[in-house]
Amino acid sequence: MLYIERWKLILIAITCLLGFVYAAPNVLLSRSDGDSASTLPFYVPYRTVNLGLDLRGGSYLLLEVQSDVVVRERVESLTDVVRSALRDTRVQRRNMRIEGGGVSFELLDPTKVEEVRQHLRDEDPTLQIDTTPEGLVRLSLREKDLLELRRSAVNQSIEIIRRRIDETGTREPIIQRQGDDRIIVQLPGVDNPQRMKEVIGKTAKLTFHLADSTTSPAEARQGALPAGSIILPAQDNRRPNEPAEYLVRKRVIVGGESLVDAQPNFQNGQPVVSFRFDTIGAQKFGRTTQQNVGKPLAIVLDGKVISAPVIRDAILGGSGIISGTFSTQEVHDLALLLRAGALPAPLTVLEERSVGPGLGADSIAAGKLASLIGLVAVIVFMIACYGLFGIFSVVALLVNIVLIVAALSILQATLTLPGIAGIVLTIGMAVDANVLIFERIREELSNGRTPATAIDSGFRAAMRTIVDANLTTLIAAIVLFSLGSGPVKGFAVTLALGLITSMYTAVYVTRAIVVIWMRRTRPKALPI
Amino acid sequence: MKLLRLVPERPNLNVMQWRKPAFVFSLVVILASVVVVFAPGLNFGIDFRGGTVVEIRTQGPADTADLRSKLGNLGLGDVSLQRFGSETDVMIRVEKQATEDQTIVIKKIQEALGPGIEYRRTEFVGPTVGEELKEAGFIAVLLSMLGIFAYIWFRFEWHFSVGAVGATVHDVFSTIGLFALTGMEFNLATVAAVLTVAGYSINDTVVVYDRVRENLRRYKRMTMVDLLNLSINETLSRTTMTSMTTLLAMVALAVFGGEVIRGFSIALIWGIVIGTYSSIYLAVPALLWTGLTPVGASDDADGSEGGSGENGNVPATS
Repeated sequence: MLYIERWKLILIAITCLLGFVYAAPNVLLSRSDGDSASTLPFYVPYRTVNLGLDLRGGSYLLLEVQSDVVVRERVESLTDVVRSALRDTRVQRRNMRIEGGGVSFELLDPTKVEEVRQHLRDEDPTLQIDTTPEGLVRLSLREKDLLELRRSAVNQSIEIIRRRIDETGTREPIIQRQGDDRIIVQLPGVDNPQRMKEVIGKTAKLTFHLADSTTSPAEARQGALPAGSIILPAQDNRRPNEPAEYLVRKRVIVGGESLVDAQPNFQNGQPVVSFRFDTIGAQKFGRTTQQNVGKPLAIVLDGKVISAPVIRDAILGGSGIISGTFSTQEVHDLALLLRAGALPAPLTVLEERSVGPGLGADSIAAGKLASLIGLVAVIVFMIACYGLFGIFSVVALLVNIVLIVAALSILQATLTLPGIAGIVLTIGMAVDANVLIFERIREELSNGRTPATAIDSGFRAAMRTIVDANLTTLIAAIVLFSLGSGPVKGFAVTLALGLITSMYTAVYVTRAIVVIWMRRTRPKALPI
Repeated sequence: MKLLRLVPERPNLNVMQWRKPAFVFSLVVILASVVVVFAPGLNFGIDFRGGTVVEIRTQGPADTADLRSKLGNLGLGDVSLQRFGSETDVMIRVEKQATEDQTIVIKKIQEALGPGIEYRRTEFVGPTVGEELKEAGFIAVLLSMLGIFAYIWFRFEWHFSVGAVGATVHDVFSTIGLFALTGMEFNLATVAAVLTVAGYSINDTVVVYDRVRENLRRYKRMTMVDLLNLSINETLSRTTMTSMTTLLAMVALAVFGGEVIRGFSIALIWGIVIGTYSSIYLAVPALLWTGLTPVGASDDADGSEGGSGENGNVPATS
């Protein structure tokens, strides 16, 4: 006789109930209540389904840290190591050049190789030093130091990006490392992704240099470039009467790392950025400006000259302003960038996906409509084909949907538009298990069995098929989850969850309903 | 109440007599799919090709000629515009740029079009990421095939494994072929659809195979052709029922789910139809060609469940 133990029935009832409880916040709480909901006691479920960026609107950025730049800078700094290590010796060298991740030079006197090695080691013990008896010396970074350099460049970038985004007041940003040198940034609800991209992507390396007024950039370009000077372009939106290029000294007086504060401000009605140096920065800046009154000072941001005002007086207080052709927004952003600090290396945007709030809302509406119509169609069809048993399976299907929503809320998995497609697909496929069972029951009945045994063996025989059939689809879903990204991952999640919950509801929930119905009515024939 | 039945209780279809034409037909479909994938080729979306897509909504009906002229002078290379859903929505596609800075494209477009336009979606995929996504998609399809193959082998026997994967490959190829033939955009969501088609098709196949295995134990003297025919007929009702419900849900998605996932739902609709066909006409006859016999199945017989049918219960098919 068909029978389910009482504890099993209770367990089934409890899971369904829990499903309803955990799914409930999605209906009861509006999304804006998110904050007030978190003040509820811990045992009251308040978590709602986490909507993906494609549904709630927002930006996804995949960035690559150009850690090669950091490595190149470090390698270039090795020439300074060589100079300073050999400064106080009588060793003569020639042909110093940077090649393939290191610096090499030749000694005029090859017998001094060991002496040079000793000096270099004293200067920086972490470096790899290779020498030849002919007097060739090669200085390079160790492999693990190179890796560490790259790693810390990425970590620093993440930290600075986080600070910049926090400064813009974006809520719930997700910033995570991906692979060796990539960073994923997710910004929900951002209405101007282009601005965010500029705020995040700008290196914002600020340096102060003395301008070189011994010759003009044009002449320097002709070949008379003074040693220790470089030509830098002006910023893109310069005023028409300003030069397009500047000749500046390479040596940095002070850099942005010495800033302790930067704020948007106004001077003579023009938007400017006011800044303040730390003590050491203020001293350096004060000394240089004192010695160079009357000469122009170049303010350089990311290799472009913002302005080159003439130093009228020694600036000893450690604060100053940066003026240029800025809009209020630009001043605001520049101050933000200077406060948050410069990126150690430039970033490249590898991938960008932004969805406006309008499209997100439309997608949700379309997804809801499609799910509802799909659901109604399946319900009508199932009832038309299986009658009362169809109604049983529809109850199981509805419980199934509730369970999916509850599972999504508990796991805090992200629901994306393809994820909604996954739910719609599940609605169609979930009844499959019931179809298998019902068809089996029909067969058993036509083989002349009593209703009870037909139902019993129907469920039993179909079970194995159901597991086999669903597990194979689950394999595809798991592969999708592990290899897919973003929205596709969302699809894999709902598909997999739907497969699992549908197996449960079709087998256990339907079975419980059928058993209870059999007990109550004790039918002579099955209406199937 | 009179219940609806899609399939008569004992359909008695002689499916197996069509096995050779079906095989030839499927072979042609696979070959044709391969050809169209090479000849017109797939219309890769920016996920795989790299480039920029901007979806805008204008305030009145969109003047595509005006938009085209505004965007044509930006020096962005190939810019294509397309009405998208309603007449206020336009999709702008820009090919990947040769210059360093790829992301400037979106900014340039915004500057050229001016205010009063809603930017509903902007997507940019760099060429490196495109290549990586292509690779990941390929690996995903391959891996799930292998996983399914291994699972079926583990649960059944190698004959079944070969048949199931053969049928699935057929479905995957023809779905990709459909995209090449129609020129529908092939993107990440399509890969998801293809994998789901694979999963669905295998699901269908497993149900029929399960019955074949059961019948192999029950009717040891029946010829393979009869036995396979019987198994197909016994499960035909379920196969069509499930296909119907899934189709209903997917048609709802295709019609009401919005433009963004239309390609996805169309791929699935096709996959359900072709998957149903292949599990009946390809996967089952494949068992015959791989030389499966009732004797071969008997070493697996100890795990047979309570036996809902006695041996005397000879079916009405012949």
